Amino acid sequence: MIRFQHVYKEYPRSGLVLQDVSLFVGKGEFIFLTGPSGAGKSSLLKLIYMEELPTKGDVWVSGVRSKGVKRKEVAKLRRKLGVVFQDFRLLEDRTAEANVAFALEVIDAPRSAIQPKVARALAQVGLAAKGTSMPREMSGGEQQRVAIARALVNDPFVLVADEPTGNLDERATRGVFQLLRDINASGTAVVMATHNLELVRRSGYRTIEINRGQVVFDSGDGDRAKKVEVLA
Amino acid sequence: MRLALRETMIGFRRAPMLSVLSITTIAFSLFAFGLFSLVAVNIRKTLGEVESRVEIRAFLADGTPVEVVSAAMGDIGAFPEVSRVEYVSPDSALARARAELGEFKDVFESAFLPASIDIRMREGHRDPETLKTIAGRIKSFEFVDDVRYGEDWVDKLYRIRNVATAAGLVLGLAFAAVAVIIIGATIRMAVMARAREISIMRLVGATDAFIRRPFLIDGFLKGILGGLLALGLTWFASQVISHNFIQTAFFSRGLASLGLLGGAMIGVVGSSLSVGRHLRKV
Repeated sequence: MIRFQHVYKEYPRSGLVLQDVSLFVGKGEFIFLTGPSGAGKSSLLKLIYMEELPTKGDVWVSGVRSKGVKRKEVAKLRRKLGVVFQDFRLLEDRTAEANVAFALEVIDAPRSAIQPKVARALAQVGLAAKGTSMPREMSGGEQQRVAIARALVNDPFVLVADEPTGNLDERATRGVFQLLRDINASGTAVVMATHNLELVRRSGYRTIEINRGQVVFDSGDGDRAKKVEVLA
Repeated sequence: MRLALRETMIGFRRAPMLSVLSITTIAFSLFAFGLFSLVAVNIRKTLGEVESRVEIRAFLADGTPVEVVSAAMGDIGAFPEVSRVEYVSPDSALARARAELGEFKDVFESAFLPASIDIRMREGHRDPETLKTIAGRIKSFEFVDDVRYGEDWVDKLYRIRNVATAAGLVLGLAFAAVAVIIIGATIRMAVMARAREISIMRLVGATDAFIRRPFLIDGFLKGILGGLLALGLTWFASQVISHNFIQTAFFSRGLASLGLLGGAMIGVVGSSLSVGRHLRKV
């Protein structure tokens, strides 16, 4: 589903941020990505939704290969995966409903399908009653739920979350995390970068630790990565 | 398209000052260009009027029979370069000379002036070269004593016309380039103001073509509105000049529409380039 094969990422200014990363994310998995700030977590996530492309090596996401990928293919790929960030990235001058609907509108979804899908996504994140609220009228936790609803509304196969609880208090963090677990339980894979080691420890999910651009620990089946190498 | 229109309107509503600033900037850039075009149009019109008066006058030998003259006039009138041929009898020549010379009208006497054929040229055939060729052909008629067409004067007129055309072209291009650069920068500001939206659109899978659409509409509308404002300002300026200084011709309807279309095109192309540049970076 997601496969990294000897991936290197280098930026002109900050140099090498990922070195020889090989990993595999299977269908419906929940993976934590941990490591200190600047370790390369966000860069790794960007490679998944192809905001960045590897300098060397290959990334496959749902059959789309990073090498020679076209912008149009990237746009199509993003319709199949959801992305959420620490800073929510909502449109401040639109209601929660409009923010979620936006994700459907920009991919030319049929108008009749938009309203029911938006209602379902908002209900899924527990915000059925807040559809007409503006982001500034909502708490941080609620705003992140709207962002998650927007990410979910296209029924993605994977949810990529970059520090989704980084701006939230403990209670909101628990709520958002529980929501991500529920989403995962319904079959969507989740790849979540976090600093919250407490959350990681309690969950028991597969954890990949990155340091200085390299995978230094993978609690999951190590054979997977090896298997990928053999297959390649 | 409906969504693109809605997004355009949201952009206008969210930053009305920026939109007004964009339209005003576009308007004033086009206004400068419009003023220059107004001067160019008027110079051209004046030169055209002077040029339309260019004619070849063939003086006829005394005693040329009328039938010969009319046959020759038929031949000359059939030249593709010639628009009109007119016979001027000695009497009419005298009357014309008297009318043109006012207080010296008494110095002329009837027998003094020869009969002539006045030949007007079609537009596009009033250049020195063509005039020389036609004059040569007319001179070859046996009964033609002399041919005049103000050679020096025509040469000067054409030199002025060529200089005016070249200067107009260079200045016009410079003005247009400045307008495009200023308008491009203005539209870039509008794109930057919506950078967040663009990033979210890309995140949820919008294609580049889809992201471009509202900006193209935005550029088109701003171009048209700016163009209309510029046209109004130029018209106002031409009225002020006409009333206070010199009678000024305004653009024809076709030229005005072309100007508006030009404004809209600058808006669309400027937007397309600005968004394209932005999209390549993100």
